[in-house]
Amino acid sequence: MRPTTRSGVSAVWRIATMLLLALGLATLLGGGPAVAAEGDPFKIAGNVQNEGEAIEGVSITVDGPGGPQTVETGPRGQWQVSVPESAEYTVVLDVDTLPEGITLDDPEDDTPETKEVTPNVPFAPKAVNFFIGEGDRESSAFATQLVQRLVQGINFGLMLGLASVGLSLVFGTTGISNFAHGEMVTFGAVIALWLGGTAFIGASLWIALPLAVLLSGLLGLAMDAVIWRPLRHRSVGVVQLMIVSIGLSLAIRYIFQYFIGGGTEQLPGSTPQKIDIIGPIRMTKVDIVSMVIAIIVIVAFALWLTYSRLGKATRAISDNPGLASASGIDVDFVVRVVWILASALAGLAGVLYAYYRPGIKWDMGTQVLLLMFAAVTLGGLGTAFGALIGALIIGIIVETSSLFIPADLRFASALAILIIILLVRPQGILGRRERIG
Amino acid sequence: MDWGQIFNQSASSIISTTTIAYALAALGLGVHFGQAGLLNMGVAGFMAVGAYGYAISILTFGFPWWLAAIVALLAAVVFAMILGVPTLRLRGDYLAIVTIAAAEVLRLLLLTVAFEEVTGSADGLYGYSGDFQAANPIPDGEYGFGPWQFNQNELWPIVIGIVLLALAVLLVWAMMRSPWGRVLRGIREDEDAVRALGKNVFAYKMQALIIGGVIIAAGGIVYTLGSNASPGVYVTSLTFFVYTIVLLGGAATVFGPVLGAVIFWVLQFFLSNLMPALVDAGVLPFMTANQAGMVRFILVGVGLMLLVIFMPQGILGNKKEMTFVK
Repeated sequence: MRPTTRSGVSAVWRIATMLLLALGLATLLGGGPAVAAEGDPFKIAGNVQNEGEAIEGVSITVDGPGGPQTVETGPRGQWQVSVPESAEYTVVLDVDTLPEGITLDDPEDDTPETKEVTPNVPFAPKAVNFFIGEGDRESSAFATQLVQRLVQGINFGLMLGLASVGLSLVFGTTGISNFAHGEMVTFGAVIALWLGGTAFIGASLWIALPLAVLLSGLLGLAMDAVIWRPLRHRSVGVVQLMIVSIGLSLAIRYIFQYFIGGGTEQLPGSTPQKIDIIGPIRMTKVDIVSMVIAIIVIVAFALWLTYSRLGKATRAISDNPGLASASGIDVDFVVRVVWILASALAGLAGVLYAYYRPGIKWDMGTQVLLLMFAAVTLGGLGTAFGALIGALIIGIIVETSSLFIPADLRFASALAILIIILLVRPQGILGRRERIG
Repeated sequence: MDWGQIFNQSASSIISTTTIAYALAALGLGVHFGQAGLLNMGVAGFMAVGAYGYAISILTFGFPWWLAAIVALLAAVVFAMILGVPTLRLRGDYLAIVTIAAAEVLRLLLLTVAFEEVTGSADGLYGYSGDFQAANPIPDGEYGFGPWQFNQNELWPIVIGIVLLALAVLLVWAMMRSPWGRVLRGIREDEDAVRALGKNVFAYKMQALIIGGVIIAAGGIVYTLGSNASPGVYVTSLTFFVYTIVLLGGAATVFGPVLGAVIFWVLQFFLSNLMPALVDAGVLPFMTANQAGMVRFILVGVGLMLLVIFMPQGILGNKKEMTFVK
């Protein structure tokens, strides 16, 4: 066997080598592997190799009708078991018996060490392929993985929180359930791509990213001036406003697709290199920077909302617009500030999300729109701090749930929890009873 | 530029299965949104229940096509009850959030590889129309005239679709002029007033949600009858398109949603043929053919905004009647 002394960190180039199986005769003549019930008609077989080098002594367990059987791979990496029935069998490769530095690696599969097979032709061995690659074996320890997912969840939750507070504030001050908020998230990322992308203007990221956030704020100002303020003065109903925002969302989304196409674009500066932080926690530089930015902005925003005159006025309008207006608060001005802030925060979240995904796509904001609504509803409609808490919960649920359910259902788990919460506590965590009507 | 072909294609879409399916979905949403004032944002989910309920019943359980269709409609009843029980007592926007979330959860469940054997995952389901086509009583041949020419296999789902649509229109029309329909409209205008008159508002809303949901699911069935069921169709954009259709025709009217569906799809087909042709002819030098294809979707969004702001009652509606729920 070739020595594989590759350090875990450089797992970047993991070549997933497809492991071949031994078909019938070759293995049978090899005569090596232990066969549990020799006379059984159906056979399951495989060959464990890494880049053409056979791996000996790997433990493989086959379970199904007839009971579990465990075999070890022979000197040429081959293994075979005989089973009594043509039924579904579970084949599990014991990852701990793999040599150091080699791991199972299949990007399509969450549990690459487990395969399901059904042998159907008697005496013709049914092949089982495992994908083996070199690299760190992070899938082994559940606790480690849980901690990593939690950190990722907090990261995602903070990002979601940045976007959700704006959605919540807009809802609180104007009553609009803004379906175009997802497009405001995409806008930040698309502008960052346009300014900083090497295929476009190619400005330094230090200029491109802040400018993208600034332009996002301008988008909010423009939307308020052109659409929302005139509609407010016509006293259009909230349901109509919601449908207007749906139309706006469709229009902006397809305008993005008009300009950047249907593919995924990358922002410069993204590295897959992970750095060890504490214990099992490992993150990329971009993740760390993104979390720090999110925390600083959220804290600053919370201080502004709690202590500044404008922040207090915002909360007053959220509570009771009529009373706030009668007390001399300039509602139009405050609402305009809220739109600018909400849009800028959404744009910032979009830039961070572009690094987190990673990539920029025309409908990336729409993909998280429902998670933002979930966060806002979970925290309590119209309460800014509730939206933050809701976003963290949603972020953690999304990231950790893929430990228990298929990864492509992780967004579904968050939405299912939203529905359940509405059943139990419809006003949300920080909401008040009278709002639910 | 071949104007003849462009107009032919647009005209033929007047009675395509797509138009009929959207007309059914819009009719159902008309019952929810127009008549009862329920903000159902899960139209895509109801259509997916119809489409997949039908396809799975045939492929997994081996039902005949008519039984599969009935199973799909019953599935829509169950889906409506699951959505309605927790939300119909709450304020309107909670129903909107729950229905849109439930539709998305359903789509993700159809998309996940975990249930690939039943749902076909991203590939969707196909190859189930044999029994339906075998039941086709129309003799082989070409039918129709002008832009509307179909062979027997194309005509059969259209006939079934039109029959279903006619039945649904009749049902909605009869219900809306009955005392039941008046109570429903009363709930839309002022829920508390109706409650004060001793009506069980929750039960009325639930009945409306179920009836509308079944009609929407029938749209999903018609959409998949002769072709395939694909999870990429049942996205939230589908819901928004159906809203555009309903508001275009007139949400609080019986025929408005049907008219809206016809106008919507004729325009869509017209633009999808016209725009690339204009690019080919060099009239729009700043666009690629792909970009030209996007323009019609941008116009849907802009159209939806303009409709809600300037003509919320729709083409057939009465401006006095259509007050949106608070």
